[in-house]
Amino acid sequence: MPDPSDQTARKASGRAVLVVVPAWNEEAAIAATIADIRATADADILVVDDGSTDRTATEATAAGALVCSLPYNLGVGGAMRTGYRYALRHGYDVVVQIDADGQHDPRYLPLLIDLLAPMKADGADLVVGARFAGEGSTYRVSLPRRFAMRLLAGVLSRLAHTKLTDVTSGYRVANRRAVELFAAHYPAEYLGDTVESMVIALKAGCRVAQVPVEMRIRQGGQPSQTPFRAALFLARAVVALSLALIRRWPDTPSDTEPVTQTSVSA
Amino acid sequence: MNAPVVLGILGSVLVLVVLFELLRRRHLREKYAVLWALVAVGVLVMTVFPGVLYAASDLAGVDVPANLLFFLASMVLMVLTLQHSYELGRLEDKTRTLAEELALLRMELEGRDVDRKGADG
Repeated sequence: MPDPSDQTARKASGRAVLVVVPAWNEEAAIAATIADIRATADADILVVDDGSTDRTATEATAAGALVCSLPYNLGVGGAMRTGYRYALRHGYDVVVQIDADGQHDPRYLPLLIDLLAPMKADGADLVVGARFAGEGSTYRVSLPRRFAMRLLAGVLSRLAHTKLTDVTSGYRVANRRAVELFAAHYPAEYLGDTVESMVIALKAGCRVAQVPVEMRIRQGGQPSQTPFRAALFLARAVVALSLALIRRWPDTPSDTEPVTQTSVSA
Repeated sequence: MNAPVVLGILGSVLVLVVLFELLRRRHLREKYAVLWALVAVGVLVMTVFPGVLYAASDLAGVDVPANLLFFLASMVLMVLTLQHSYELGRLEDKTRTLAEELALLRMELEGRDVDRKGADG
């Protein structure tokens, strides 16, 4: 459990950071990932247990994280929106998404956070840790998958007016503005947690930037890459991107957020 | 009276009776009942006055009146399934939001229990 006085001090400094770790059946890796984050970052950690059937929640609690257990599996989008809502209600300034399998190195965190808007003048609202931007020679993907990722990156770069090379990365930090938006609108559909959420942010006028990071080898679980799955990924990516581009999103982020509405008319 | 007329009347009256009963027992919301009621009344009208169907197919330029009937029936079914997909999507959105809120509430509640035990001990 995080120390409350510690938390208040950080909130006063305007840089209260919440690390949200979406975790689905990650009992093998979660404890090491949390220990890693605790050792390198001055932040509270919220593990959103996405309907795991193994000991993920127990392991995460034992490792000293706050644990929020979803009643059934919602996907990364659902887990992350839960995290964003928690962050908004508890006054955090920055929300970090780190995958539970340990492939995101928390040592890059200060680098990512320093690019956000209040920390840096004219900074971004959403910063992504990107895999193909120089660093990260260890990360290999098949040809159709690489083509799909290039396509997504190309379209989103044009939309963002900045060079983005890896838009499907789950390593990202958001400032208060993006958190307010994501607490209301964070799609649970395929690629919704990465591509579509970025389109939503861009359409709402948020600025997106990227930082090259090196991904580590997964600490648990198997990477799923066969040629068939890669081709399927390409098709689904095109559908998801097209839908994201044509969809209309309300520009008021607070329309579904019942935070202050506690009075009940009798 | 020939067989199609009897079947048509029986079918539409049965649908109307079932609709009435479902609405009365509050198993069916009125937004779904309206379309079904329209279908049943339409079938009833066409069975009792087949001239309506003949006139309609003449107007639409369909040679065989039965084809117009089949076309209309498939359109009605499609609209109904589409309505169900739409409602299903809305329900999924709502249950997702509820699941997220439930998880957050449960966490806050468990945190409060831990605090209370700490204060007692």
